[in-house]
Amino acid sequence: MSTFPAIRFNVNGEDREVRVAPMKRLLDVLREDLGLTGSKEGCGEGECGSCSVRMNGELVNSCLVPVLQAEGASVQTVEGLAAAGKMHPLQEAFLQCGGAQCGICTPGMLMAATQLLSVNAHPTMTEIREGLAGNLCRCTGFTRIFESVIAATAKNREERIEEPAHAR
Amino acid sequence: MLCLNPHAIEAGQTMNTSEKTRIVGAPVLRKEGVQKLLGQALYVDDISREGMIHGATVRSTIPRGLIRSIHYDERIDWDAFTVVTAADIPGKNHIQLIFADQPCLADGVVNHCDEAIVLLAHADKHKLREAMAAVRIEYEALPAVFTIEESERREQIVWGTDNLLKSFLLEKGDVDTVWANAAHVVEGEYRTGAQEHLYIENNGMIAEWSEAEGVTVWGSLQCPYYVHKSLLAVFDLPENKVRVIQTETGGAFGGKEDFPSTLAAHAALLAMKSGKPVKMVYDRMEDLAATTKRHPSRIRHRTALDKNGKLLAMDIDLATDGGAYSTLSSTVLSRATLHSPGPYVCPNVRIRSHAWATNTVPYGAFRGFGAPQGIFAIECHMDEIAVALNMDPVELRRGNFLHDGDTTATEQVMREPVILDQLLERALKESDFYAKREHYARENASSAVKRGMGLAAFYHGAGFTGSGERYLNSIAGLDVTPQGKVRVLVANTEFGQGTNTILSQIAAEAIGIGYEDVEMAPADTRVVPNSGPTVASRTSMVVGKLIERAGLQLVAWLREESGLEERYSASEFFAACARYGAAHGEVVSLCRYEAPPNIYWDDKTYRGEAYPAYAWSIHVAQVAVDTNTYSVQVEDFWAVQEVGRILNPILAGGQIEGGIAQAIGYALYEKVILQDGHMVNNQMTNYIMPTAEDVPPIHIFFEEIPFQHGGFGAKGIGELPHDGPAPAILNAIRDATGVGYHAIPLMPEDIFAHFIAHEINVETVSA
Ligand code: FES
Ligand code: FES
Repeated sequence: MSTFPAIRFNVNGEDREVRVAPMKRLLDVLREDLGLTGSKEGCGEGECGSCSVRMNGELVNSCLVPVLQAEGASVQTVEGLAAAGKMHPLQEAFLQCGGAQCGICTPGMLMAATQLLSVNAHPTMTEIREGLAGNLCRCTGFTRIFESVIAATAKNREERIEEPAHAR
Repeated sequence: MLCLNPHAIEAGQTMNTSEKTRIVGAPVLRKEGVQKLLGQALYVDDISREGMIHGATVRSTIPRGLIRSIHYDERIDWDAFTVVTAADIPGKNHIQLIFADQPCLADGVVNHCDEAIVLLAHADKHKLREAMAAVRIEYEALPAVFTIEESERREQIVWGTDNLLKSFLLEKGDVDTVWANAAHVVEGEYRTGAQEHLYIENNGMIAEWSEAEGVTVWGSLQCPYYVHKSLLAVFDLPENKVRVIQTETGGAFGGKEDFPSTLAAHAALLAMKSGKPVKMVYDRMEDLAATTKRHPSRIRHRTALDKNGKLLAMDIDLATDGGAYSTLSSTVLSRATLHSPGPYVCPNVRIRSHAWATNTVPYGAFRGFGAPQGIFAIECHMDEIAVALNMDPVELRRGNFLHDGDTTATEQVMREPVILDQLLERALKESDFYAKREHYARENASSAVKRGMGLAAFYHGAGFTGSGERYLNSIAGLDVTPQGKVRVLVANTEFGQGTNTILSQIAAEAIGIGYEDVEMAPADTRVVPNSGPTVASRTSMVVGKLIERAGLQLVAWLREESGLEERYSASEFFAACARYGAAHGEVVSLCRYEAPPNIYWDDKTYRGEAYPAYAWSIHVAQVAVDTNTYSVQVEDFWAVQEVGRILNPILAGGQIEGGIAQAIGYALYEKVILQDGHMVNNQMTNYIMPTAEDVPPIHIFFEEIPFQHGGFGAKGIGELPHDGPAPAILNAIRDATGVGYHAIPLMPEDIFAHFIAHEINVETVSA
């Protein structure tokens, strides 16, 4: 039915194929075509980070990525954080420390924090602030988000966060 | 897992609430937290209905004028679109709030830019965009007013007969007898700008219509029954033919108190005409341009003091810009009025306050609801007075604080303990205020970066003003599900602040069961009673008390009728519920609001118990002003407060921190720029809020004095933290630079302009 060529990429460990306009935003493809509504749109212009996903081990604003750029890529969204019914240590920490209030920034924030910890397992407070500076939260004042990241790294010391292979 | 930040532990140490209670006061986890963390919580834009199409809004491009004609360009096949105008409204063309002056869709006349005129719907969002551009509206422009001053002059009447949306006169004693004999008279004028809520989830709504069911809407909203009431009028339907369901809501802060009534009506009109479910979700530019903001204000103080710095008289002239329609301006003005004298004793007070109409998008509810404006003025003015009297601003405040037994400007006697002195001592000690102030005073002389310390003292009245709670007459309660859970029945909504969690804690505590034995009924007007709006810091105190009572009432019934023993386990409780249900058909315990005794309020003279309870706070800001870049950084922040009983330390701390961050934005970052009444910086790229790099460490300390008429002793907490930061920061900037600024947002260009105008020569010694 669709005249568009197939675009193939991997999302949260699964190979997916879509036939959509190649300039369609990755955010819309995730939400509308793949049913992954965890990633949110806050601004549509790269300012708020609530659409943040990881693509080939980099943090991107999926509202700024045309889906054709994802061809062959490996994409991780918030839905891919928990593994085998167990929350990711960052999710657990956000829950325990009050890192999520209204929750709308949370998926993007979790992806930014995952990215940060994947390149820097024990960030300083300044590094946490820098790492999350592209993700806006209007509810928490960020304090408890920082605490959550610190708590997750502390846990990391004990039981090393295992990253799923597809997220690397 | 432990949260390792020392501040969290600091705050925890001040809490001793779990001494007598098991669940209230404990840091239980957010009720809907897991779904939010897994990305499974469903916000309105995540929801789709069978056959759903999309709606969009064509808006006015001029601030005021007559609509001459509406042209639909022939390039478009209009048969494929649903088109709605005012002529399609079956009931009343107004949004029912306090007054009914705001149309649902403009009919013949527009009073502000971005006013909705035509609604369109189509299955394809791209086609919808093309069609919007193909609707051309011809106007006959009328002169417009944009400022309080223009509205006051009344050269153009743009609302009612005199542009005056509301006014109040509050008088205590006789101010006019005081001026002549006062040792000091100090005057000042203070201004605050508009502020955008900037919830990260924009406004959105889905509507369905059918002959049998009437109107159903799902949306991002704070007050299901406000939307319900408004839809009844627009559609001229009986109560059972309108159903409002809240979806997970991604932040609100007052921005989803009144506006969703309009959006729900729009989506429902399109649904009725198209016969299909219609989704309307604003993008950021539309949300910023077309929805409500915080009221701008201009507040003038004239204050008389004796030679020791005791307040003798306060004459306050308070004006707000209400925008094109009355919406909530009258109640915002009321709260601004009642908070403008600050937490001080003064024998003679006069407050004249006015809300003026202008041709801008109506201003609406925003966390604090007028109090931040009033408190900004008085708390900057106190530092102005301190300079004039050559007094320490701390001692000036201390010498005038309210205490137990004193009366406020409305002659409300402070019957509950007032511990401002204690809060102040704690704030001074924790922030090391005096030592830092002295240290910076020495250091600043030789540094291009000037540091300073500033402070603000304030109260926030919890619950509706005056007789408001009596009129609301809220009803709330509990039922027991067949699956053996207690369900909280309230129309109060969760939008991040923790309603679900604290009300579940209260229910579990009152009944004596586990937190996990309690769940929330959906915020659906078909399921839950009208427990009033989720505003005014009333949920913990007023609705919390109703839930506490409903729980105790249920236990009493089960003891009387269903054989529940004096001591019981959760399973014995639910077994008794089953017996009660078998006998009565259902297990429902509802309670109606009862005013605390001795509450008296006169709406005409504005005298009496303005609020049933007050939360109290001291904020201290430490700032650094860079005299090369003229930028201000808040480097550290302390907040000491008494908000009654803390129901959940994690949520309470989160409310304080989030409010402070938002208010730092109000003071230093967030500027709504209007051109001809249209917001031109309506993007996150140029309307700037504080980021993770801008928010300082925030140190919070609670003192707890349980309030017996609040849910397990709680008073209000959500709005309080937005009241203090702006004046504390501007007072700190004065301490750092010697310059008293009187308006917010205070942007680097304002500081630059002041330095140039006053030829302040900063000896820049680079560090
Ligand atoms: S929606 Fe992508 S950055 Fe805001
Ligand atoms: S939790 Fe609401 S925006 Fe971050």
